[in-house]
Amino acid sequence: MRFLLLFSRQGKLRLQKWFTPIPEREKKKITRDMTTMVLARKPRSCNFLHWKDLKIVYKRYASLYFCCGLDAEENELLALEMLHRYVELLDKYFGNVCELDIIFNFEKAYFILDEFLLGGEVQETSKLVVARSVEASDMLQETERLMEIILLFPLFFSCYHGGIHEQACILTLGEMDLHTHQKDSGQYRSGGLTTVQNDGVVSCRMRVCF
Amino acid sequence: MPAVSKGDGMRGLAVFISDIRNCKSKEAEIKRINKELANIRSKFKGDKALDGYSKKKYVCKLLFIFLLGHDIDFGHMEAVNLLSSNKYTEKQIGYLFISVLVNSNSDLISLINNALKNDLSSRNPTFMNLALHCIANVGSREMAEAFAAEVPRILVAGDTMDSVKQSAALCLLRLNRTSPDLVLMGEWTARVVHLLNDQHLGVVTAATSLITTLAQKSPEDFKTSVSLAVARLSRIVSSASTDLQDYTYYFVAAPWLSVKLLRLLQCYPPPEDGAIRGRLTECLETILNKAQEPPKSKKVQHSNAKNAVLFEAISLIIHHDSEPTLLVRACNQLGQFLQHRETNLRYLALESMCTLASSEFSHEAVKTHIETVINALKSERDVSVRQRAVDLLYAMCDRSNAKQIVAEMLSYLETADYSIREEIVLKVAILAEKYAVDYTWYVDTILNLIRFAGDYVSDEVWYRVIQIVINRDEVQGYAAKTVFEALQAPACHENLVKVGGYILGEFGNLIAGDSRSSPLIQFDLLHSKFHLCSVPTRALLLSAYIKFINLFPEVKGTIQEVLRSDSQLRNADVELQQRAVEYLRLSCIASTDILATVLEEMPPFPERESSILAKLKRKKGPGNLHPDLDENRKERSANGGTADHSSTTSNAKSSPLSFVGDLLAPASTAPPTNRPRPVSSSYLLQAPLTPMPPQASAVPVLLSTGPLFQVAASPTPSTDLLGLGSTITTQNSAPPASKGTSLLVDVFSENIAAFPVETPVAVGPVADENFSSFLPNTPQVAYANATLPTAEEPEDKFVCKNNGVLYENQLLQIGLKSEFRQNLGRMYVFFGNKTSTQFMNFAASVVCQDTLQAQLNVHAKPADPTVDGGAQLQQILNIECVSDFVDAPVLNIQFRYGGTLQSIAVKLPITLNKFFQPTEMTSQDFFQRWKQLGAPQQEVQKIFKAKHSMDTEVTKAKIMGFGAALLDGVDPNPSNFVGAGVIHTKTTQVGCLLRLEPNTQAQMYRLTLRTSRDTVSQRLCDLLSEQF
Repeated sequence: MRFLLLFSRQGKLRLQKWFTPIPEREKKKITRDMTTMVLARKPRSCNFLHWKDLKIVYKRYASLYFCCGLDAEENELLALEMLHRYVELLDKYFGNVCELDIIFNFEKAYFILDEFLLGGEVQETSKLVVARSVEASDMLQETERLMEIILLFPLFFSCYHGGIHEQACILTLGEMDLHTHQKDSGQYRSGGLTTVQNDGVVSCRMRVCF
Repeated sequence: MPAVSKGDGMRGLAVFISDIRNCKSKEAEIKRINKELANIRSKFKGDKALDGYSKKKYVCKLLFIFLLGHDIDFGHMEAVNLLSSNKYTEKQIGYLFISVLVNSNSDLISLINNALKNDLSSRNPTFMNLALHCIANVGSREMAEAFAAEVPRILVAGDTMDSVKQSAALCLLRLNRTSPDLVLMGEWTARVVHLLNDQHLGVVTAATSLITTLAQKSPEDFKTSVSLAVARLSRIVSSASTDLQDYTYYFVAAPWLSVKLLRLLQCYPPPEDGAIRGRLTECLETILNKAQEPPKSKKVQHSNAKNAVLFEAISLIIHHDSEPTLLVRACNQLGQFLQHRETNLRYLALESMCTLASSEFSHEAVKTHIETVINALKSERDVSVRQRAVDLLYAMCDRSNAKQIVAEMLSYLETADYSIREEIVLKVAILAEKYAVDYTWYVDTILNLIRFAGDYVSDEVWYRVIQIVINRDEVQGYAAKTVFEALQAPACHENLVKVGGYILGEFGNLIAGDSRSSPLIQFDLLHSKFHLCSVPTRALLLSAYIKFINLFPEVKGTIQEVLRSDSQLRNADVELQQRAVEYLRLSCIASTDILATVLEEMPPFPERESSILAKLKRKKGPGNLHPDLDENRKERSANGGTADHSSTTSNAKSSPLSFVGDLLAPASTAPPTNRPRPVSSSYLLQAPLTPMPPQASAVPVLLSTGPLFQVAASPTPSTDLLGLGSTITTQNSAPPASKGTSLLVDVFSENIAAFPVETPVAVGPVADENFSSFLPNTPQVAYANATLPTAEEPEDKFVCKNNGVLYENQLLQIGLKSEFRQNLGRMYVFFGNKTSTQFMNFAASVVCQDTLQAQLNVHAKPADPTVDGGAQLQQILNIECVSDFVDAPVLNIQFRYGGTLQSIAVKLPITLNKFFQPTEMTSQDFFQRWKQLGAPQQEVQKIFKAKHSMDTEVTKAKIMGFGAALLDGVDPNPSNFVGAGVIHTKTTQVGCLLRLEPNTQAQMYRLTLRTSRDTVSQRLCDLLSEQF
């Protein structure tokens, strides 16, 4: 596989991964060509195209297009399933993934992709194994963060939250962390669900069939 | 578990992303970004040391900004700092930033490499994986240099975790792709192959990818992988769908691994060992059988995965091309898919069938699906599927179905998508020519092409129809009649006017007997289109008019009237004006005899490869033209054709496109004429209406400076090759070639003054000695010694240039000037007598020894037997490269000087690279081809010490002189040189890519050549490496 692009129906690039060295300008050109070409396709067309000497495989999941470029000898159908497996992995991680998850947690989307694909080849096809290793690294960072909070801000926590109820929170700092998170992401979720953003993203769930 | 609990919660980042998303306009977004950039910059520059978290957050913001498409020019250092953090998340963000952004910024590479080294040796699998991912993502040469030795060790070490092994395998694969020279498997080979036996299917999957790439490079080393791969495949294929647990994908057992194993097997011929071969055949049969079983799930994922394996198996069957039963089964399976309700499957079936069509065993089976494919062309709603249908029709076409296929494609053309019209036009043109038994059909087809899709008919197509009409007497009358009728249409395409003008100009006489197409009607018809046409077409029409004057004396007055009109004689376009003026004068002055000679019918073109085919090849790139590559095979299986036709195709295939060396032989037979063509009484002058290639010594001036008819229009690249242009302007006469060669005669020299345009006019080559008596004694061609280098250097010096002194002693100096085009060349050898005494019995001949005889034709024109003292003799050598060669022909010279017989033998510097045609290509194309030429025998590499100073400009000049196109900006390292070109020989064309990497410190070069032919790679490498 030469590259993988995720872009929205409006042609906004959400994720790009290049598996061969390509100059920036060329990347922009390819991206432009891909979005115009793929977005112009009628629904229920086939998922494959020829472009220059590459095979292009794309599939739409809700508001996002997943599009990859293959060498002449690669297998198109399997690439299609590769895209699907990546969506499944995202879905497992984010829980019913939507475009906004990928926008706000773009770094996560890249990490998951690295666990799954490397150098343009499938590294691990087992969903369980990939999910486990992504989770393991998450665990690692959660514990790191907990340690950090406990070590640096014990006073802050007890002062700020004061009271018996909040004491319980200090005991379960894990939830504390969770709480702040929800606040963060509340911003985008409410925005995404109720109104159409300037770039037209609607927080609609990707249909993933299991 | 709610999704939002994941991640490390960089609140500032989320706020920033929200802000960007809330921006109402592009300007607002840029403003917000600039504000953020300023903020980050001040934070990074600030006195206060940033903690890891803030650093991570800012680096992440920068990354986001970069991914939005903005440039980032700072923050790299901070990202590198994150790498050495012992916090996982910080390290992770650091690596992400580096792998997305750093490939352009190499001054940090040593710091990055250091961090990578630490993580690789940390023995913490998570950190090791991060490092390996980063190496694989960046994959730069510097990283390859640093880690190409370390990664294989990690891969095969017994105590490495499975997940690390997987990363290591793919990391190595990536390094091998970017810097194959640095990845040396050597001692690891056996252990890497052994990974195919690993317990962990994930490891096997990754290892199979790696082995496939390595096996493409050195198949011998990895030969043992075949039996292991077959064994593994057979276990997967026969396993129950639940056996492989999570490696079963929607009830299909390990589809990724199966496909990769089948891919690996495609690097090799069918296994020789009968048992392994049997087992593999069994696997393939099982896979084909499974396709007939009812699906285990209704999910599209199930059928996709299952069919992915099936298609890969079919690829392998086609690759082996040895089991007729399997091939036919594969073909039947694809036939089923052709009518499948899934568009994807129909698309892939059409695509696979294209390759199947080129197999001898299955070509006939593919042909049985013709109706389905034609139906697909008509009814598919998706243009990309229709395009595959066109490809397949092209691939399955042979003599038995050509008429049907061409008719279908033509009728499709009327409604075809604009994006694929040009390609269809080319395909139709090629098929029509290739399978034409009856050339009237061919002419009709091409005229229909112009009618239906004139805008998409490229010049090559109409050049070609004219070449064919000129060369085939039997179709000329029909062609004239058909174009005449086609031109009657009120609105016809300009391309039709071009073809019509040319054909009527040549063969209008064949239909002039019919009162409905009398000369005047023909002329009026053509002239009615004149004003609607572009300048080149008008120029062509003017040439047709002057030809009419010759063909039909009765319209001379009318045509002269037209030529005399102000709109012609004073046309703002120089070319048109010149033609009008010259033609008018020619028609007034020249006798009918001379007219008939000058305006004689065009002689036949030499048979050559269709330029259309070349164009289609350029358009599609190699690999997509199986039907042509496998022409011979197909011809065998197809039901044989007329001898006449197969000889045409083979001729056309064997002689590459060339204009320069066309020797315009006189027409051998007179066409059956409806009305006789005026014939000159002497039949001596044969001037076609095209610029003559330098037939003899040179062409001083022709009727017009530009090409008259563009069909043969490829003006020679060096009209004043010998500086003759200047001689003529002062002398007004042609210089002599040696006697016996055709001379160029200024027939009208006495009329020069009468010409309003000050161009010396009208010459034609003459075969008659009589004319030479008209000539004044002409001066010797000046032989500018000063401009020529001394002959001290070895003959290698001619490799990169074409002119110079070849040999010198006290008596004789031999100078060379040469020009090459495609597979032909012409060399002018100058023998300078340095003494004051005449050389007697002078004779020079060229000898091609041994094998060279078959590879290179050198024809020396006879030269004068005496060379006067102080004078110079010129001899012309015509050279044709038949196939690639190594040796040089020898020039033997003998002459008598003062009573003693002198004999000298010199090697002629005719080297393979002379037949280079430069090819410009983009970086992407270059690397694509480079990869395609990846077989080990196709590459030759040489590392050598610099013999001269390593000057960039000189090197560039040398590479261009060598004949390759110098490609800028292809190599990521600007100090390297990359070139591309095609070696033209009569039998084949060999694409060549070269790369020269200078190392100024070591004063060394590394030269890598990749060509499609090993002998060519070797020879070019030898030649070029001597130059630096």
